Amino acid sequence: MDYKLPSKLKLFAIIFMVIGALGIAAGFLTAPSTTAEVKEMMASHGDGHGNDHTSESGHADVSHEVDSHNNKTDNSIDHGVVDVESHDSANAHDSEEAHLEHTLHQLQNRPWSALYVACFFFFMISLGVLAFYAVNWAAQAGWSPVLFRVMEAITAYLVPGGIIMFVLLALSGFHVNHLFVWADPEVVAHDVLIQGKSGWLNGTGLLIRAAIFLGGWILYRTYAVKFSRKDDDASDNTYYKKSFRISAAFLVFFIYTESMMSWDWIMSFDPHWFSTLFGWYVLAGMMVCGITTIALITIILKSQGYLEFVNDSHIHDLAKFMFGFSIFWTYLWFSQFMLIWYANIPEEVTYFITRIEDFKLPFFGMVAMNFLFPVLLLMNSDYKRVNWFVVLTGIVILAGHYIDIFVMVMPATVGTSWFIGIPEIGSVLFFFGLFVFVVFTALTKVPLLAKNNPFIKESKHFHY
Amino acid sequence: MASKVVHAIYNDDDILMQAVKQTRAERYHIEEVYTPFPVHGLDKIMGLEPTRLAITAFMYGLVGLSVAVTMMNFIMIEDWPQDIGGKPSFSYIENMPAFVPIMFELTVFFAAHLMVITFYMRSKLWPFKKAENPDIRTTDDHFLMAVDGGNHDLEKLSKFLYDTGALEISIVESEDDH
Repeated sequence: MDYKLPSKLKLFAIIFMVIGALGIAAGFLTAPSTTAEVKEMMASHGDGHGNDHTSESGHADVSHEVDSHNNKTDNSIDHGVVDVESHDSANAHDSEEAHLEHTLHQLQNRPWSALYVACFFFFMISLGVLAFYAVNWAAQAGWSPVLFRVMEAITAYLVPGGIIMFVLLALSGFHVNHLFVWADPEVVAHDVLIQGKSGWLNGTGLLIRAAIFLGGWILYRTYAVKFSRKDDDASDNTYYKKSFRISAAFLVFFIYTESMMSWDWIMSFDPHWFSTLFGWYVLAGMMVCGITTIALITIILKSQGYLEFVNDSHIHDLAKFMFGFSIFWTYLWFSQFMLIWYANIPEEVTYFITRIEDFKLPFFGMVAMNFLFPVLLLMNSDYKRVNWFVVLTGIVILAGHYIDIFVMVMPATVGTSWFIGIPEIGSVLFFFGLFVFVVFTALTKVPLLAKNNPFIKESKHFHY
Repeated sequence: MASKVVHAIYNDDDILMQAVKQTRAERYHIEEVYTPFPVHGLDKIMGLEPTRLAITAFMYGLVGLSVAVTMMNFIMIEDWPQDIGGKPSFSYIENMPAFVPIMFELTVFFAAHLMVITFYMRSKLWPFKKAENPDIRTTDDHFLMAVDGGNHDLEKLSKFLYDTGALEISIVESEDDH
């Protein structure tokens, strides 16, 4: 059955993109360009509670703030530029300048980080779906072939999303913006730790690897979709077998590249920090988001009468995967957190100290959203068949994983100056609009039910 | 007074399912069905209530979680809050990550074991229990449906069961107190 893109949906997506683009532009335009502007912003912000201070004590306040700030959270932005330890009034001016400089960098990073987080979030959804799609081929799953066309459509976002991701990486890797500290030659010159890692962490290497990762994923996507469509008209299982083989090969390629991608694109925001299970952690979040998106889009299409061959049991299975992978994500989140918390080794634990001190609500809030909520709501077998229940849980899971990416990226780029405001929401809206536009356009390209797949009959009658 | 029960033996689970459906449609009361292996969907066709074992497991899990939290809060925080390797034992929440493995394991332990014990008790299974098997072949390759004779005409009932595809029909006296 063919899907027709409703003109309303097209308009809806375009409105989201336009509003989002406006938000992104506003974010860039309102970011300060000099320390004087930062001072002004801070002064206007401080008006509410700082009126009764004399200018002298106001000064002392600032230098004190810098002091405690440098001690606890300055892990990346301008390492080693100024180290303020004294409360001397003679140093107060210098330290204030350094503090303003520091805040300036954070505020300049904010629209870039907002863009990066939203871009990566939607890209990872489609990458997660691609991995899940390949797993279903390689495992010869009998329940899922009726959902293959939905999955293929979601992975269509891989190409535009990947290109934007690549451009953002190029801008960051060659220090057009200040997202990656390791890309700043001045920082590297004073930082022995980053110098030691510069064999891996350099702009050229980043882009070469990104090109290989994106190229490999898109290559698999292209051929998997091509074979799956050719299979519709085939008289034998040649294309099915080809799909099976490339899916198995892709999964091997994917598990290596996904792991390295997480070091390059996320972990390198904190180049002083490392964690061995980070790749798995990112993968778990990616899979949850991907499966949740499959469930949401399937439910939407079914409610519009397009997927009459999808029944409750398919939704039930997707909800089970959402449930299971949410727990898997929590397991990895906790394993990473607890091992570092327990051993409390200074060079590792700063990662969590910044997050707990400056990002307390998002850091712990996402555990509630990504774990408690889906566990309690999707535990009951009957609830997994109730569409609005799955949709509700799915929306919370997706929001929770956006915050997950937010908390991975923001502490290193904007630090204490974080906020979920116009740049962040604008970026999410823009990429959401683009995602909806690309995915639903891709759905119109091909009938929604694969024809010649050897498991399609079993899948249509799937019953749990 | 002992009542009569009709035992109908089948050798195929599809025929059995069909027979159960017909017997229920005729409003005969099926006392029990004996099968050598789980027959998928038999409980639905017989109209058995869904099991509540999973709900009990969830509650047992909560009990396990409470036991773990109460125990460690008392031992590690209230009774003797020692400094062990610099772990913060001032409050439960501060030291919680260290307790999570135990909280998890006890939740699973209680949920699993108490649920299994509940299952044994509800299905009356224990060592040295006398097996309640009306026909030895039902543990190997035969299926047996026991239909309550009640006030029905046993001739008619037997004939009906025979028509559903039963291989053998036998009428047995059942003990009232089963």
